[in-house]
Amino acid sequence: MAEETVPMKQEKMKKGSHDTGKIAGLLVLFTVLALLIIAPIYALFVASWKPGEELLQYGLNLNPEFSHWGLSNYKLLFFGDHDYWIWFRNSLILTVITVLLTLLVSAFVAYGFSAYEFKGRNFLFVIVLAIMSVPFEVIMLPLYQQMSDWGLMDNYAAIVLPFLAHASTIFFFRQYLLGMPKSLIEAGRIDGCTEYGIFFKLIMPIMKPAFAAMAILNGMNSWNNYMWPLLVIRSSEKYTLTLGLNTLINPYGDNYSLLIVGAFFSIIPIFILFVAFQKYFIEGMTAGAVKG
Amino acid sequence: MKKLFYSQKAAPYVFVLPFVLTVLLFWIGPVFKGILLSFQDTMKNQWVGLSNYQRIMGDRIFWIAVKNSVKYTFFTLLLLIPFPMLFAVLLNSHLMKRPNLFKSIYFLPALTSVVVAGTVFRLMFGESDQALMNQLIGLFGAAPIKWLKRGDTGFFALLLLCCWRWTGVNIMYFLAGIQSIPQELYEAADIDGASKWQQFRQITIPLVKPTTIYVLTISIYAGLSMFLESFMLWKGNNSPNYIGMTIVGYLYRQGIEKRAMGYACAVGIVLLILVMVVNLIQLKVNGTFDSEEA
Repeated sequence: MAEETVPMKQEKMKKGSHDTGKIAGLLVLFTVLALLIIAPIYALFVASWKPGEELLQYGLNLNPEFSHWGLSNYKLLFFGDHDYWIWFRNSLILTVITVLLTLLVSAFVAYGFSAYEFKGRNFLFVIVLAIMSVPFEVIMLPLYQQMSDWGLMDNYAAIVLPFLAHASTIFFFRQYLLGMPKSLIEAGRIDGCTEYGIFFKLIMPIMKPAFAAMAILNGMNSWNNYMWPLLVIRSSEKYTLTLGLNTLINPYGDNYSLLIVGAFFSIIPIFILFVAFQKYFIEGMTAGAVKG
Repeated sequence: MKKLFYSQKAAPYVFVLPFVLTVLLFWIGPVFKGILLSFQDTMKNQWVGLSNYQRIMGDRIFWIAVKNSVKYTFFTLLLLIPFPMLFAVLLNSHLMKRPNLFKSIYFLPALTSVVVAGTVFRLMFGESDQALMNQLIGLFGAAPIKWLKRGDTGFFALLLLCCWRWTGVNIMYFLAGIQSIPQELYEAADIDGASKWQQFRQITIPLVKPTTIYVLTISIYAGLSMFLESFMLWKGNNSPNYIGMTIVGYLYRQGIEKRAMGYACAVGIVLLILVMVVNLIQLKVNGTFDSEEA
């Protein structure tokens, strides 16, 4: 893409001054857009240094008002008497378990779809696509009733199990595996691997980039998940970060200090992952958008 | 038995078994359970035939919820498809400096949870004259507004929250689509003397169509089933005069808050039908089925 043909270059030189205007115009447009997008996060950051009562009284704004700044919110976050770190730990455990199991199971299934011709394959694959286009909210209540019938209420299993064979993750892995050389499977068979051995020993290692993309997408979704845990989790010691933060939003007491600093801090783990693995983030998010 | 398990004939079924189980237990099962429950009064534990559906037809609040959800979906489509597409084209221009930096910034809102984003927006739309949005209109001399107490301004807040969270992601979708268009097409058009605008209309729009259809499909899905944004903006499921009530919000109110599971499941089935019908029409209009048959 960086390569340009010679005629284009000559033309560009002719319109050099014209281009400067366009370059500046683009920069202004996208800088304004960037500022609009950063503004709410910046407001949250500024507020995290100010007393919670101010927030409750005045709402959020962009004024830094450095004279009001103090470390009290951060002291409260790290040393105060509250459940924030329990929620944090719960979210972390739940996210790690969800990502590991979902990737393993979804990759296993996707390999079945891409490596074999078998009766019912197309029908099953249509179901994968159908599930991707049905909102979870439609089945949320009957599923909730079912979990309660099975005695899985207030249990992390109820959060993890329904999404183990995750339709859009399977879809992504299948797309990825369709490009894999079939000779690899044949070579595995000749070497005496079992059908499952081929998957675990030969295929999983070559799926690393796809795993990275889906790990990040599923991890982010799990970390930020709110709707389903809201229905399933009851006891406060099992709250995840999103559930816990939301309990701080009540008109009584001075919870806003913890709410605001806790909300800001909850973005940080995902943000670090994003900075480190940006390429995979965008790959995971935009999977399926090109070939649909 | 063990030999069968390891045979090439059985292996594919073993591989897809977890998916089949998940679908049966956690999708097909609940959908059927939902259909059955929708014909019941769960509080009296009896079958009531179609009466839940009849009640829905005459339920004023349900129709307010449908109107809100449809209006919200319509406006998110209007704002979150053309603008991100245009931004993606401009970002992809060879004249753009530091495109990757801007892409990273635009992606940031997608990292936040709805709890954090919704809370931030609720506080930005606070009633005090010190809250951000009131400060902003104050610059033009306007008096502070109770944004979240009025239908129009409340809807605006909801829409702005949605645009804030998803503009960047949609830009990424369109960028991925645009970058898959062969560069030679633009070079040929350049030689033929086509203007940038003509190139955008004649090359970019037709060739990013798969991406557009994808974004359209997920936006319809997400728009019609929106709930948490409203739940966070109004600190719970009780906006004044139902200005933030959505279909899923109503489903939550009936099923979880009022424990009328049968009625709530009927609402869920209506939502399912609505999403399917709208998406089928959309895919039909866009000719997705034709291209598959060809």
